Amino acid sequence: MAKKFTPKVLTANHLLSGDVIYWDEKGDWADAFEDALYLDTEKLAHHVLTLAEKQQDVIVGPYLADAALGPDDKPMPAHFRETFRMTGPSNYHHGKQAEA
Amino acid sequence: MYSYSQFDKDFIAERNKQFRAQVERRIDGSLTETEFKPLRLMNGLYLQLHAYMLRVAIPYGTLRSAQMRQLAMIAEKFDKGYGHFTTRQNIQFNWPKLRDVPDILDALAEVEMHAIQTSGNCVRNVTSDHFAGAAADEIEDPRPTAELLRQWSTDHPEFAFLGRKFKIAVVGSETDRAVTKSHDIGLRMVRGANGEAGYEVIVGGGLGRTPMVGKVIRDFLPAEDLLPYVESILQVYNRLGRRDNKYKARIKITVHENGLDVIRDEVEKAFVLQRQAFGGYDQELYASIKEAFAPPAFIDAPLDAFYAAQNADASFRSFVDTNLAEHKNPDYAIVTISTKAHGKTPGDATAEQMRVMADLAETYGHDELRISHEQNVILPHVHKSHLPEIYARLREAGLATANIGLISDIIACPGMDYCALATARSIPVAQQIATRFDELKLEHDIGALKIKISGCINACGHHHVGHIGILGLDRAGVENYQITLGGDHTETAAIGERAGPGFAYDEIVPAIERLIYGYLDLRSSADETFLETYRRLGAAPFKAVLYPAEQIAAE
Repeated sequence: MAKKFTPKVLTANHLLSGDVIYWDEKGDWADAFEDALYLDTEKLAHHVLTLAEKQQDVIVGPYLADAALGPDDKPMPAHFRETFRMTGPSNYHHGKQAEA
Repeated sequence: MYSYSQFDKDFIAERNKQFRAQVERRIDGSLTETEFKPLRLMNGLYLQLHAYMLRVAIPYGTLRSAQMRQLAMIAEKFDKGYGHFTTRQNIQFNWPKLRDVPDILDALAEVEMHAIQTSGNCVRNVTSDHFAGAAADEIEDPRPTAELLRQWSTDHPEFAFLGRKFKIAVVGSETDRAVTKSHDIGLRMVRGANGEAGYEVIVGGGLGRTPMVGKVIRDFLPAEDLLPYVESILQVYNRLGRRDNKYKARIKITVHENGLDVIRDEVEKAFVLQRQAFGGYDQELYASIKEAFAPPAFIDAPLDAFYAAQNADASFRSFVDTNLAEHKNPDYAIVTISTKAHGKTPGDATAEQMRVMADLAETYGHDELRISHEQNVILPHVHKSHLPEIYARLREAGLATANIGLISDIIACPGMDYCALATARSIPVAQQIATRFDELKLEHDIGALKIKISGCINACGHHHVGHIGILGLDRAGVENYQITLGGDHTETAAIGERAGPGFAYDEIVPAIERLIYGYLDLRSSADETFLETYRRLGAAPFKAVLYPAEQIAAE
């Protein structure tokens, strides 16, 4: 039986900088998880993944990451791996947490 | 130390030029990521969680001061001011930008370094004893062997696309400081019946999801037969090794599934042909490499200053007791510099710290540095009269922590703070254990203890061979830590036994604390180490202290 679909966001790393980025509502790349387009149907998720895969000149390693809606109705990670990716490492104030 | 020949220089320059063009073609869209990925990996460039990561080879963990200074420059100019020394004696930079990588590789080439074969299914950087050429118990310096293997394996066309990666370690002492029994091939330099040089050859060791202790395939291999024999092992592995399942593709599985006797017979058959194919050039090369590793010109000087400092300064005495190892010259010492100040990231050094270590090596250490698989930095040749000055400089740089071999001298892989393969974090667990036992002031009382932490089943943190191993996993979307007990990375190698159910992130440090207090109660005397107590009593009493509630329920 196929695994039941759960909501996603589309994430990747920026080709040149390696920074973590997210597909947003306008079809651009956003820096913050909360600005990601919330993909609440499987069809939409696959459509966005297909679009992202065509942007290889901008990004590297696109994939669909599990997401949920936070109290403010903005997307938030559904798994700790994505929480770390959107924050940065825990041993230094580097990565996204330093840019905020 | 070995210096690049013109051939080496030309080869690296050509490779760097080639990679620069490949990066340009990736950026201008001529290469897709699918096409580019194997090319970047061949040059040590990974994509991790937050950024790219460049893994730079430090052949057999040996560095000159100029090389360490260049690593510091790279850390400062192209990264965030630090580097991470790994359990494979390499260094990783966690934040390079794609456009900068060709410049970084050129900067490495200026000091005879590169990142080739630090990834991919090829023969990786050959590792060795970090005390090589200095240890009092050494039969012979293993680094010429490691360098010979490096030259043979670099860009070897037959072994560029093996079924899986292939790791070789070599030691020259009875004491195994290079974890040889956990490598695809482990080589131990030995003497034959008539005093002739040779190797004990160990095959099929490995950690990862199927940990295995390597098996002796040849008790004694004459030194001159090394390359034909190793090449024969690789050929047999390349032919018999599985390619249908990456989790069963390492040589440990090939040896396990076929049996050691079958592998040995096949290797010996291949060896008959290989031995003829090697026409003796390898031995000429080996002889010239050996000359490059001639011992430094040791000095002769009074030791009064050393003894005076030892008597006068308790913290210096503690450093001497903990961080020094016996050198083959009794007036010298091997100094291990801990990168594990309590609460810091194991294996990390700032650019400034790298420069301090480079300066010390240049001024007092015959221009030599080593990186250990335990993620520390070594000054292998230090005259004891220089120790007080060295200690003072290290202290100023935050590098004088006297904890080598103790509970806070923890191996930890990057884990989910950086690594794309990780299933849980390792670094903060290591930081918290070190901090906790520093607060308890128990470290020296506990004595010799190896804690090794991996953030996934691939076991870069060597958890299987830790006296206490910690494996971070993802259990239903939550970090969970399994404890293994009784592992041993030395010549008496053993795979640790899983203690029981895992612990949540906030439970793992208290669990380790229970385990240590349990050990302190269980040991027969202050001289009995954790591992000795474990071997005497078995796992049961340790499990009882780890899982007290379950024990009470069972009663």
